Amino acid sequence: MSVKSETLTTAETPARAPSSARIARIDREQVLKVAKLARLTLREDEVPVVTAQLAKVLEHIAQLSEVDTAGIEPTAQVGVERLPLRPDVPHPPSERLTRDEVLAQAPVTAGGGFVVPSFVEE
Amino acid sequence: MDLLDGSLVTLADAVRDGTISALEVADATLARISAAGADATGTYLDVDAERTRAQARAVDDKRARGEALGALAGVPIGLKDALCTRDARTTCGSKILEGFRPPYDATAVARLRAADAVFTGKLNMDEFAMGSSNENSAYGPVKNPWDPTRVPGGSSGGSAVAVASGLAHATLGSDTGGSIRQPAALCGVVGLKPTYGRVSRYGLVAFASSLDQIGPFARDVRGAARVLEVIAGHDGHDATSVPRPVEDFVGACGRDPKGLRVGVPEEYLRAAGDSGLEPDVQASIEQALRALEGLGCTLVPIHMPHTRHAVATYYVVATAEASSNLARFDGVRYGVRVDPGRDLEAMYGATRDRGFGAEVKRRILLGTYVLSAGYYDAYYTKALKVRTLIRRDFEAAFAQCDVIAGPTSPQVAWPLGEKVDDPLKMYLADVFTLPASLAGVPGISVPAAPSKTGLPIGLQLVADAWQEARLLTLAHAFEQVSPAKGLRPSAIAR
Repeated sequence: MSVKSETLTTAETPARAPSSARIARIDREQVLKVAKLARLTLREDEVPVVTAQLAKVLEHIAQLSEVDTAGIEPTAQVGVERLPLRPDVPHPPSERLTRDEVLAQAPVTAGGGFVVPSFVEE
Repeated sequence: MDLLDGSLVTLADAVRDGTISALEVADATLARISAAGADATGTYLDVDAERTRAQARAVDDKRARGEALGALAGVPIGLKDALCTRDARTTCGSKILEGFRPPYDATAVARLRAADAVFTGKLNMDEFAMGSSNENSAYGPVKNPWDPTRVPGGSSGGSAVAVASGLAHATLGSDTGGSIRQPAALCGVVGLKPTYGRVSRYGLVAFASSLDQIGPFARDVRGAARVLEVIAGHDGHDATSVPRPVEDFVGACGRDPKGLRVGVPEEYLRAAGDSGLEPDVQASIEQALRALEGLGCTLVPIHMPHTRHAVATYYVVATAEASSNLARFDGVRYGVRVDPGRDLEAMYGATRDRGFGAEVKRRILLGTYVLSAGYYDAYYTKALKVRTLIRRDFEAAFAQCDVIAGPTSPQVAWPLGEKVDDPLKMYLADVFTLPASLAGVPGISVPAAPSKTGLPIGLQLVADAWQEARLLTLAHAFEQVSPAKGLRPSAIAR
C-alpha cells in the first residue's frame, strides 16, 4: 500500500543561498511545478498568461534584493509576543458544534464522516 | 426618513428611546435596497427581507419587555461576505464557497447582534478579499455610486458602496492591505482599520492571517467609533486577539485635536517612483493638511524611506500566507466539490481549478512560489526583514509625531476594467495603505474633498498601535471642516 501524493509542504528544504542570483525569471515549467504543489490544475490557455503576469510581479518584487537587511530580524507577526495557550479542556456544550452541524456543509458524507475519493492503492 | 440619513449614534438613540421602531428603520432600508435593485448595483450578495425584519422585531420586542437596548439598537448594518454568519450564506465572493452556510457567527458579528444591530445582508467583495477594485468577485463587480462606470475600490467594495448609497447605515469590512480604507476613500465614506489584534478575527475567512483585521465603514467618524466600541476587545477564540481595554471611542470624537503633531511623510506626497499620485489628489491632501493646521495641529515633515518597498513586501507576505490559508478549500469539508471520478488528487485539482478565480489562482501560485524550496529565503524571509524596516519607519515617525497624514489612494476611482489585465498596476495603487497593514497600526480614511470631476478623495490618518482614540479625535475634527462634509453621491436617486 503506497500513498500516491507527494508531500504537501513546499518549504521542506531550506534554501542555503539566498542571494539575488537565485532569482531567475519564472518560466512555464516552474509555473506548472508550483501549480502542482498548490493542487491547482491550470487550463492550458491559462499557463502563458499567468506565467507572464507572475514574471512581471516578480520583476517588481526583485527590488527587495537591493535593500540592506544585514542584521535585521524578520517580522512574521505583530501584536502578540507569543501565541497564548488555553487550558486543554473542552468548550462548554453551548460553544461546541455538533457533528451533524459540521457535516451539514460537506459535499459528500457517509457514516458520520467526510467522504473522499480513494487515494491509496489496493 | 431623516433618521436614516443622519448620524448612526442619533439613530441608535432614537430606537432606544422609542422615537422610531427598529422595524420601521429596517423596512425603510429594505425598501431602498429593493429600489436600488441588488442586481443593478452588485452591492449585496444576499438579502433576506424576512430575516432582517425578524431581527428588527426581536429588538422592538426586547424594548417592549422593558429591557435596555444595546449601543447599536436597530441600526441597519451590512456585513462583508467574508464574515461567517449562522443565518446567511457566506461565499467570500468565491464560487468555491457557493451556498456555504457557516454553523457559527464570527465574533464581530455576534457582538453586533448582542448590541441589537439589525443585519441588512451580505456584501459583495473581491474573491477572498484579493483585489483593489471589487472586479475579482465571482458574483460580478460593484459599481461606484458617484459614477457607475467606475470601480468602488476593494476588496470591501460592497461594504463601502452600501454606506455611500444609504443601503446600510454602517457595514463591516476587512482590511489586509487597505481593503477598508481604500474603498472608503473611493466611495466618500469613513473606513477604519483597527490595530492588529484589536478586533477578533474568529469567523473571518482567512486571507493573510498576520495582516487581516475587521473594521467598520460608516457615514461619519462617530458612527465608526460606535461600531468599533462594540466589535473590539479580547476574544479567546482568536489567539492573536490582544487583551486591551476598549476605550471610549465615541467620547474621543469631539475632543480638541489642538497641539497634536501631524507627521507628513515626504514619500507620500512626492509624485515620484511608483506611487502614481494624481495632481488632483495631491492638491486636495495638501489642502487637508492646511485644515489640520487650522485646527491647531503642528505639521511635522517626516520620512518613511521604506514606503517604496511596501508593495513588493506585501505581495510576498500576503500571498505566502494566502497560499497556506487557502489550502483548506479542497472540496472535502465545505463548499463545492468537482470530482472527475479518478482519485483524490484529481478531485483537489478540479475543485480548486473551477472554484477559484484568476486573481486567487495567481496569488496562490505566487505565494507557493515564494515559499518553495530554493526561493524561501530570497523572497519570503527577505520580505519579512523588509517588513521589520517598514515597522521601524513607523517607530521613528511616531517618535516625532502623533498621527501620520497623507492620501489614502494615489488615485480617484478609476474606470471599470482599466486595470483588470495588469495585476501589477492594480497592486501599485495600494502603496499608501500597505505600510500601516505591515506594521499592524491603525488607520482611517475620511472624505477630504471632491475631485475636479466630483469623485471622492480620502485623507488617510495613521496612528501608533492602540491609539485609535487619538486617530478618531483628529479624524472627527477634520470631518467637521472637510470640504467633503455632507456631500452624497448624485448617482443615487432618492
